[in-house]
Amino acid sequence: MADLITFLILIPIVGAIALYVGRPGSPRVVALVFNGLSFFYALMLWQKFDTGAAGLQLIERHAWIPSIGAEYVVGIDGLSLLLVLLTSIVFPFAFSAQKLERGACSLLLVMQAALYGTFTAQNFVLWFLFYEMSLVPAFLLIKIYGGENRDYAAVKFFLYTFLGSVAMLLAFLGIYFAKGTFDFEKLADLGKAGLLTGNVRWFVFAGIFLGLAVKVPVFPFHTWLPDAYQTAPTGVSMVLTGTLSKMGVYGFIRLLVPLFPQEIKIAGPWILTLVVCSIVFAPLAAWRQRDLKRMVAYLSINHLGYCLLGLFAITAALPTGPIDKQAALSGVFLQIFNHGVTAAALFYFVGLLEQRSGSRNIDDFGGLMQCTPLLCGWMSVSMFSSLGLPGLNGFIGEFLIFKGSFATAAAFTAIAVIGLLFTAVTFVRAMQSLFSGPLAEGCAGYHDLLLREKFVIVPVTLLMFAIGLNPQFIFNTFNATVAQMARLLG
Amino acid sequence: MIATLQIFLIISAALFSIGLLAALSRRHAIFILIGIEMMLAAANLNFIAFWQFSPVRAPQPVGVMFVIFTIAIAAAEAAVGLAMVIAVYRHFRTTNVDQLTRLKG
Amino acid sequence: MTDWITRNVWLVPATPIVAALLILGFGKHARRAATGVAILGQIAALIVSTCAFVPTLHSHEFRAFENFTWFTFGEQSLRIGFVLDPLAAAMMVMITLVGLCIFVFSLGYMADDKNFSRFFAYLSFFSGAMLGVVVANSLLLLFVFWELVGLASYLLIGFWIERPSAAAAAKKAFITTRIGDMGFFLGILWLYHQSGTLLFYDGGHGCLENVALLGASSTFIALLIFCGAAGKSGQFPLHVWLPDAMEGPTPVSALIHAATMVAAGVFLVARVYPIFSAGAVNGVTSSLIVVVWIGVVTGLMAALIAVAQSDIKRILAYSTVSQLGLMMVSLGVGGVAAGIMHLLAHGFFKALLFLGAGSVIHGLHHEQDIRKMGGLRKLMPVTFATYAVGMLALSGVPFFFSGGWTKEEVLHATSHWPSSHVPYFLLLLGVVLTALYMTRQVMYVFFGSSRAGSDHHAHESPSVMTVPLIILALCAIGLSIFLTPAWPWLESYLLGHEAHIDAHLLLQPMILVSLVLVGAGIGLGFWLYRRAGEVDPLQQKVPAVYRFLENKMWIDEIYEHTILALAAFASRVSDWMDRYIWDGLVRVIGGIGQIFGALTKGADEGVINAGVDETTVGARGVGRAMSRLHSGQIQIYLGVIALGMLALFLFYAWLT
Repeated sequence: MADLITFLILIPIVGAIALYVGRPGSPRVVALVFNGLSFFYALMLWQKFDTGAAGLQLIERHAWIPSIGAEYVVGIDGLSLLLVLLTSIVFPFAFSAQKLERGACSLLLVMQAALYGTFTAQNFVLWFLFYEMSLVPAFLLIKIYGGENRDYAAVKFFLYTFLGSVAMLLAFLGIYFAKGTFDFEKLADLGKAGLLTGNVRWFVFAGIFLGLAVKVPVFPFHTWLPDAYQTAPTGVSMVLTGTLSKMGVYGFIRLLVPLFPQEIKIAGPWILTLVVCSIVFAPLAAWRQRDLKRMVAYLSINHLGYCLLGLFAITAALPTGPIDKQAALSGVFLQIFNHGVTAAALFYFVGLLEQRSGSRNIDDFGGLMQCTPLLCGWMSVSMFSSLGLPGLNGFIGEFLIFKGSFATAAAFTAIAVIGLLFTAVTFVRAMQSLFSGPLAEGCAGYHDLLLREKFVIVPVTLLMFAIGLNPQFIFNTFNATVAQMARLLG
Repeated sequence: MIATLQIFLIISAALFSIGLLAALSRRHAIFILIGIEMMLAAANLNFIAFWQFSPVRAPQPVGVMFVIFTIAIAAAEAAVGLAMVIAVYRHFRTTNVDQLTRLKG
Repeated sequence: MTDWITRNVWLVPATPIVAALLILGFGKHARRAATGVAILGQIAALIVSTCAFVPTLHSHEFRAFENFTWFTFGEQSLRIGFVLDPLAAAMMVMITLVGLCIFVFSLGYMADDKNFSRFFAYLSFFSGAMLGVVVANSLLLLFVFWELVGLASYLLIGFWIERPSAAAAAKKAFITTRIGDMGFFLGILWLYHQSGTLLFYDGGHGCLENVALLGASSTFIALLIFCGAAGKSGQFPLHVWLPDAMEGPTPVSALIHAATMVAAGVFLVARVYPIFSAGAVNGVTSSLIVVVWIGVVTGLMAALIAVAQSDIKRILAYSTVSQLGLMMVSLGVGGVAAGIMHLLAHGFFKALLFLGAGSVIHGLHHEQDIRKMGGLRKLMPVTFATYAVGMLALSGVPFFFSGGWTKEEVLHATSHWPSSHVPYFLLLLGVVLTALYMTRQVMYVFFGSSRAGSDHHAHESPSVMTVPLIILALCAIGLSIFLTPAWPWLESYLLGHEAHIDAHLLLQPMILVSLVLVGAGIGLGFWLYRRAGEVDPLQQKVPAVYRFLENKMWIDEIYEHTILALAAFASRVSDWMDRYIWDGLVRVIGGIGQIFGALTKGADEGVINAGVDETTVGARGVGRAMSRLHSGQIQIYLGVIALGMLALFLFYAWLT
């Protein structure tokens, strides 16, 4: 079992091929079986992973194209493991959200493989290959299986992310011509002393920043997101927000921060300004949305903003105490995981409402508590988790992020707190118009949660509670990595 | 009157011109053939004349050889030409070249 | 035993929470099981609280805490814990005792509700969370429970979910308190940053034990924490949610919005008092000055508004706001023990008043307008008697009622405030007003004759509701034994002193002032409302003032047109910017791309494509021209050849 990670990447691809060739009657079941296999492998990876040790583990290294410095190197550290686990959780969750055609299932599986690859690759060429490999299925899924306005949304999504990718690729070519390597670890070592000099470094920095900022997305590069998330089928929205957006944050942690420590210190306040804008404007805009999916989409921008707030607060400002750095990093990691689970759950619930009513407009619902109390109850849990209620998973991550960033960027943090408030406003307003009041016309016939829906919701909600009450098991996966990264940050 | 090269060339040029005139002006295909034969005869006359009057007399009868060769080929050509004229006449019921314009572009 | 209870004080909040989960697990049809579990849980919590109360009596300055690591992040660990000290123990006993009475009362009050078991689940959950606030030994843990209390409050205000007004009130409560909580959150962050720990007590390393380290930032931290306290305790300007919260069922109003949760803000200030008083000169710091003035403004404003309200529960709600202001003043002027004593006493008599109001509402089939009540004295004798006790306690009638003594302590503390005497006089005015509006309410509800005919079928409530009333009334009276200046047991207990009996202190000159003021208030009320009809006498005499107060000083309207409008505007702007500016920019960039595309297309079609086309056309023309030469006229060919030959000759001739 030496090639555990490679197997993990291959399983979904095999699944996709099997679906394509085999033409099974119920593609979703087959996809779920392959997901189960991936999940099992991810757990095995977790079990093999030595949580006490820092640095990369379970490395597989093969020559690939030596002439351009491309190597097949995969390995995991705590962060990669966390994201692999998240991917393994979100995909089965997304598959169970709705019926999907064979093609959509195949594409989702390809995307899953690409995500595993992105989160484990340790060489830029390989990483970029996987990074782009996830883009194409996402485009097709929106374009072919999307709802209203799908062509516009799909093309916008593709162009946005693709332009970002091109900028990043050019930047990395610049680095390669200067330094002659694509290996993340070597580049990080070089980065400590300053990777590039002169004006070139700013172009390169901006290229990488742009590529990742589009993916996360950061204000004002976010306008593709509401359209894409709104149009995509429920399961695809779940995957997009649960895992795909994490590639951007992951890239920031893995690439930008180690490679450009000095540049971030200079550009930090500007980046933080953008991040705080994401945090404040996104929930304000979410408040206005009538379409539930759009609302959740905007809140996603806000939640990922917290991740970047923590990350850039500790990297941009003067060296801080270890506790602040470790708090912010731990918070960021945890928030990545939490947001993946919670936002996926929210989209799932919106999908359930859509299946019952055929509508996502908030005004079409009312008084649901009277006919579907269980659905409302469990959905409220997800909403409260998302607005950061203590006892659920969202709170701990956000607390640690704010704790870490307050030390170095108190003003930004104080403004960001407004984002917390407006997230709450948005959700409470949504709960008021969905769940309470007199029963709306046409809502009377809805059935409450079905058994299969309960099977999906209960484990996910339990996970939220588990992290909220006793998060140690999640922290254990990345504590060593956090400590190491905090030291590297100087 | 001494037979000089000029005289031969003048005769040959006249012969050629007559032949050419015949080939260009006559409407009947056979007369055109005759004109061509005359031009060939003018050329043969030139061969002989240049051979006879060349300052360095070649040991072999090169000019005569050319002429004999040309006469042989001209005979063959006349045979083919006459045969074609007959074939054309059978097909078009005329040998007037002004009417035989099927090969125009 | 002492050891065991100090280590396991977490059981107190855990029991009701477990009960709540069990009830939710039973489902909505298990009504009997739900009530059984809820009340058992509450009784268990009461017993454990009492057990925890006992050791705090034995020694002075008793304080036991149990800290543990919640989780480790990186190489750091976050520690939380539970603390048991007189403050916590007294609060726990009050909460569980009042809670138990209210649970029992709810059995009767909510008997007809279809979501009966859910109600008890929420109530139990609230009780557990509130107890958690009290025993938390870490500001973070306190915040955790603080938010859970807010959640419970949200769920219970909006309990009658089909009423839009209830849902709106729940939303308002949640958001308004959360505004304060955001300040509180920042305060926590700042405190954590400055002190490196959020544990209150940690054997000399806790944040309350080293407040000197905070330096100048302590003022800001204290003020930020006070934001949270003000939100929860309904202090001006965040008080607007509390009267609206009366949309919830009356037992909820009694437990959460009168006795316990709204007092959490006061408790919080008392808990972190060292931060507020850090660097105090003469007992005065800038943060405490803010606390005092906010308290004074709140107390007076709410008391004024209460005079002109007509909903029985809203009057009580404003009275709660006013009393909370009083407690804040007491804390601010340094009378921590007095403030907490008033909190405890208030918990009993205000719960009593609310349950009494609930009993009235129940008896009148959900009529809440006092102008339509009247003469219930005879129809509901038990309710009347207990309500009168509560009213007298709230009005601050000295000697026999706990509220009188504690109010006396508060006034006493305020009169000695070195910074200013204005708060003291304003509080005295508040005392008159309190007596006035309570008398007004009692006159309307219980005296006179029936108005509007709504109460001809009024009936006394069943004993399941009256017994809790009687218990609470006895508490409201009996508690005064521990409160007199002659034997200030509770104060000494809270302060960690030994209480001495000194009968001479029983009568102090200041008590006469109170007596006169309370008498004046009650007398004025009696005189004004002795023959009140459906139109309020005050409305007839000073209509403008009455309208001003009846509309709650238009604070809600002011907020709606300023802050809310601003937020809505900001939201609209954000959405608009997103749609038109940021997305517009993207579209502009896309448009530029399209223009380039069009240009390229033009070049492609106009230059390259057309060039190729023209070339072909030209080639074809040339071909056509050439083919014209091939006329098929053999003689022309020959002629051309001849001409060509001639030309060659001429050329040759020209060359030579």
